[in-house]
Amino acid sequence: MIDKSMSSPEAAVADIFDGASVMIGGFGAAGMPDRLIEALIAQGARDLTVINNNAGNGDAGLAALLREKRVRKIICSFPRQSDSHHFDALYRAGEIELELVPQGNLAARIHAAGAGLGAIFTPTGYGTLLAEGKEIREIDGRNHVLEYPIHADFALIKAQSGDRWGNLVYRKTARNFGPIMAMAAACTIAQVNEIVPLGALDPETVVTPGIFVQRVVMTMASAAAA
Amino acid sequence: MKRMDRDAMARRVAQDIPEGAYVNLGIGLPTRVADFLPPDKEIFLQSENGLLGMGPAPAPGDEDPELINAGKQPVTLLPGGCFFHHADSFAMMRGGHLDICVLGAFQVSVRGDLANWHTGAADAIPAVGGAMDLAIGAKQVFVMMDLLTKAGGSKLVEQCDYPLTGLGCVSRVYTDLAIFEVGAGGARVIETVDGLGLEALRELTGLPLKQA
Repeated sequence: MIDKSMSSPEAAVADIFDGASVMIGGFGAAGMPDRLIEALIAQGARDLTVINNNAGNGDAGLAALLREKRVRKIICSFPRQSDSHHFDALYRAGEIELELVPQGNLAARIHAAGAGLGAIFTPTGYGTLLAEGKEIREIDGRNHVLEYPIHADFALIKAQSGDRWGNLVYRKTARNFGPIMAMAAACTIAQVNEIVPLGALDPETVVTPGIFVQRVVMTMASAAAA
Repeated sequence: MKRMDRDAMARRVAQDIPEGAYVNLGIGLPTRVADFLPPDKEIFLQSENGLLGMGPAPAPGDEDPELINAGKQPVTLLPGGCFFHHADSFAMMRGGHLDICVLGAFQVSVRGDLANWHTGAADAIPAVGGAMDLAIGAKQVFVMMDLLTKAGGSKLVEQCDYPLTGLGCVSRVYTDLAIFEVGAGGARVIETVDGLGLEALRELTGLPLKQA
């Protein structure tokens, strides 16, 4: 019998190693796998490369992981926000490396990794600072920028419901990066609000097929999803 | 002459959005356009974080932290609306499926170059979000901004000196003093507020403007 469910967030993240690349789902707090991040902080892995849309909000979740100085580099589209003070302080002190990526290119590069593509040509960013030094190719009369896939050792994502084979459905705009990060990581760990029996998820509406998910862990519905 | 206030600008942009349009409203001033879309027209609002058919802010107490817009504010979903992941959301932009996006700007050039993501200041922490994807993706890009900086300089310029978001991507610029068409043919004035003539507008902007 195949059972991808894990007993706890701590067990689910136990083998994340120093220097690992870790995708973390979420757009702000929506879809952020807070329990997995808390477990990762407790677990102690450091020198991480984190891929997320943002660079942490307030003092919880990803912001706490940054505050604990576990992150060497962050790849994101929108680090600077009114409540991104932990990132801001590290960045100004030169204690974190930032790779800034337009949000659609971030999604496309993650998707490309999951889809096994060697690279993509994207029109986004052409002629801007974020394309400097990159190969440009004119295709059908339009200039495109060569961008490479973003793979990760682990993806930590949040979904609404999962089953023991790893099939997932999401909730509202908490879906955001979850489905594509699940595809792009060697080991995808999903924090879910409920684990349901096989067959309980309508196969017509499964968003992430279980092949993309290695571990599922049920957590109490967090305050953010209550 | 009478400057348009922010609500008047939002109302004016809303007038130019036809029924059936798929529209993304940027963070800040453009978000206000939603308040002035005529309720008798069906217009589809897209939000980059994965929803189409976005409705207004919920009643106090009905907020859902997992139902937010690109500015991370709580919103609602209209009947017929739907959710999708980020690759699909940005395929809607990059793939040319959005009819209109409305963005704020630091500067726009007469050829339609857009600068709206970074001041270029040495101590600024850069953040781009979806700005570059929206700029080059939608069929029409409308900019909403004040025409003049606080110091009185024109934000419609011959050439942007802030870092660019996209090249030749803006089609129309809605300001508090006038509305412009921009593009390969240069900037042309569509309309001005009462009491502001073309010659006075040329002086304010320092640009050889033509009437559209």
